[in-house]
Amino acid sequence: MKTNIRKEVCSMKQLMLGNAAIARGLYEAGCGVASSYPGTPSTEVTEEIAKYKEVYSEWAPNEKVAMETAFGACLAGKRSFCGMKHVGLNVAADPLFTMSYIGVNAGMVILVADDPGMHSSQNEQDSRHYAKASKIPMLEPSDSAECLAFAKLAFEISEQFDTPVILKTCTRVAHSQSIVETSDRIEPSERRYEKDIRKNVMMPGFAKLKHPIVEQRTKDLEAYAMKSPVNRIEMGSGKLGIITSSTSYQYAKEVYGGEASILKLGMAWPIPADLIKDFASKVEKLIVIEELDPFIEEFVRSLGIEVSGKDLFPLCDEFSQNLLAEKLGRDVPQGLSIDEPIPNRPPVMCAGCPHRGLFYVLSKNKITVLGDIGCYTLGAAAPLNAVETVECMGASVSSIHGFNKALGEESEGKTVAVIGDSTFMHSGMTGLANIAYNQSNSTVIILDNSITGMTGHQQNPTTGLDIHGDPAGKIDLEALVKAMGIQRVRICDPYDLADTEAAVKDELAAKEPSVIISRRPCALLKTVKHKGPIACDTDKCKSCKMCMKIGCPAISMKDGKAWIDKTLCVGCGVCSQLCAFGALEGKV
Amino acid sequence: MTKNIMIVGVGGQGSLLASKMLGRLLLSQNYDVKVSEVHGMSQRGGSVVTYVRFGEKVYSPVIDKGEADYIISFEKLEAARWLGYLKKGGKIITSLQEIEPMPVITGAAEYPSDLIEKMQAAGADVDAIDALSLAEEAGSAKAVNLVLMGRLSRYFDAPEEAWQEALEACVPPKFLELNKKAFALGRNA
Repeated sequence: MKTNIRKEVCSMKQLMLGNAAIARGLYEAGCGVASSYPGTPSTEVTEEIAKYKEVYSEWAPNEKVAMETAFGACLAGKRSFCGMKHVGLNVAADPLFTMSYIGVNAGMVILVADDPGMHSSQNEQDSRHYAKASKIPMLEPSDSAECLAFAKLAFEISEQFDTPVILKTCTRVAHSQSIVETSDRIEPSERRYEKDIRKNVMMPGFAKLKHPIVEQRTKDLEAYAMKSPVNRIEMGSGKLGIITSSTSYQYAKEVYGGEASILKLGMAWPIPADLIKDFASKVEKLIVIEELDPFIEEFVRSLGIEVSGKDLFPLCDEFSQNLLAEKLGRDVPQGLSIDEPIPNRPPVMCAGCPHRGLFYVLSKNKITVLGDIGCYTLGAAAPLNAVETVECMGASVSSIHGFNKALGEESEGKTVAVIGDSTFMHSGMTGLANIAYNQSNSTVIILDNSITGMTGHQQNPTTGLDIHGDPAGKIDLEALVKAMGIQRVRICDPYDLADTEAAVKDELAAKEPSVIISRRPCALLKTVKHKGPIACDTDKCKSCKMCMKIGCPAISMKDGKAWIDKTLCVGCGVCSQLCAFGALEGKV
Repeated sequence: MTKNIMIVGVGGQGSLLASKMLGRLLLSQNYDVKVSEVHGMSQRGGSVVTYVRFGEKVYSPVIDKGEADYIISFEKLEAARWLGYLKKGGKIITSLQEIEPMPVITGAAEYPSDLIEKMQAAGADVDAIDALSLAEEAGSAKAVNLVLMGRLSRYFDAPEEAWQEALEACVPPKFLELNKKAFALGRNA
């Protein structure tokens, strides 16, 4: 089974996550400042770059702030970086489009990580459209080695063409490990900041002068892309030509090996028309293999070239080698199967999750819950079924205002918005400003679990710690909310159901805007000390299943009695408060 | 020829450490290697899968239906869920542990019975072990991942010292003895 590749070469190579390889590339290129907001599947890039002491790294409150921070740093003369997931780029779209006009001083790289298949996202948008729309070049690596190389190249292109450069990944590139070779960091030559109002102030008169420069830049970049090795042709047979990029390239190679001819685009935008025409002229049949939207395909078609693409492949979900093989009429391997329905295993709130007690109270009182983005989105799942809407970061707070303005007393007093501490800092504050300013009788619950949970425990402006876990500024949520003009601010402990229910009832009854801070740290935080698992006293258990109403993964029924999984239970005590017979109070 | 190993389980069971160790082992044996993980929401108690592929040259980072040579499962139901990915003649190494998913807890579904026998009847070569008890015997319920890696090492053509090197590189020194014991218990059980 062993191969005979030279061992001394291999020993220099390492297996690296795509996201870690991007961080390595940024580091090697001399990146000086990194500012990001976490979002799956982009988060580890910034976590990894923070490990290099030469790079100033931080979590910003949101993607717009992160991008503008990185922009300031690049103007000041340091190579800079900001990273985000696809929906984060929507938040940062405002600076993106105008930075395209201003350009850079030192290089600036923007990472956007798409999530085809929606492993951990609320939509499946294709971020390549942003490159075309903002007229910013976009590189698209297909494995970790390219992640590292393209991150470095992105800085060079940025400085050569006076533009930020977008590096675009997807889940399978970001979260796959493959082999990379690292090299040493270079320190880029100094680029001092110089006052240049015509370049850097985008008022109409100056922006009008810039727009034609941006259009010319795209032409220049197209000429660059024509010659750059990031776009490459791998000639096979002339019968079939495939234009592809990113992981779709890997799937195409898996199916065809060297059999078909492949034009692999490492640069998603701009696409060099002459390269496409040249490739198309060499093959009998041309197909484009790309996930999500027909971005390359429509470009090829606009050149008057006959091409197949979305007539064969789906617009939705990720691709795989079998999907390609099936759509292209090739043999598809068959697996084994059993004739047995396999129950789903959806993600759930963890045992001891502080959100559970709050959602139980909201569900029990039949309150309409407008939700937001985070672990607490899982409050929409059975058996709690509490959360009724989820759109985007901050939407709960803005939407409850509109909901209550539309329905008045019909919804006031019966509706709440729920938003996590990190999401509130990201974009809940402006929605609350609207509630305070335009005075809706709305109740907002901030689920303060002292961390950014879903993305894997990143610090935020309310935790008092920075990206390295060192002491940092700490925003006081109560003081902030009060300063906005909300008079009614109440803290509750979601492990205490009576306290939580009283807070919810009182604040909903009040005829003015109110904020409840449901405060209890995430049960997974290493700093949290737990009481330890409880056990069910089967003599006392009357099998009423009240404890099953909270959807705790540590509780199930065994032989007709409640049973606690001691490997999961942390002893939060929420179930004990529901048991009328005192069966759930025992220690293991 | 590319070989494929899937590691499946329930979010939070420690499959990422197993894939890290396996990746390191395969790299030391001079293979091209790709490991694909999923982070984010499914790590909250959902069904999780990691793909490990190795050979002369690996392209796709994912394993597709009918391609897996081995499925290593931390939980019995998860082995059955991913059975369609096993190739004919492929092997399943599974822990006998049962973790009820939420639809079973809420009564909306039942945990299927006799899964091992059913998978065997479907043609899978199943090696089922009580990995949780062995991990507890080694000193921690969390060492299930090393028990399963130890089991895989019985079938897998790599020298024992390479496994030990990968193990030592991937676990914190504080838990090294515990993890070595778990690995040995899995290998020899």
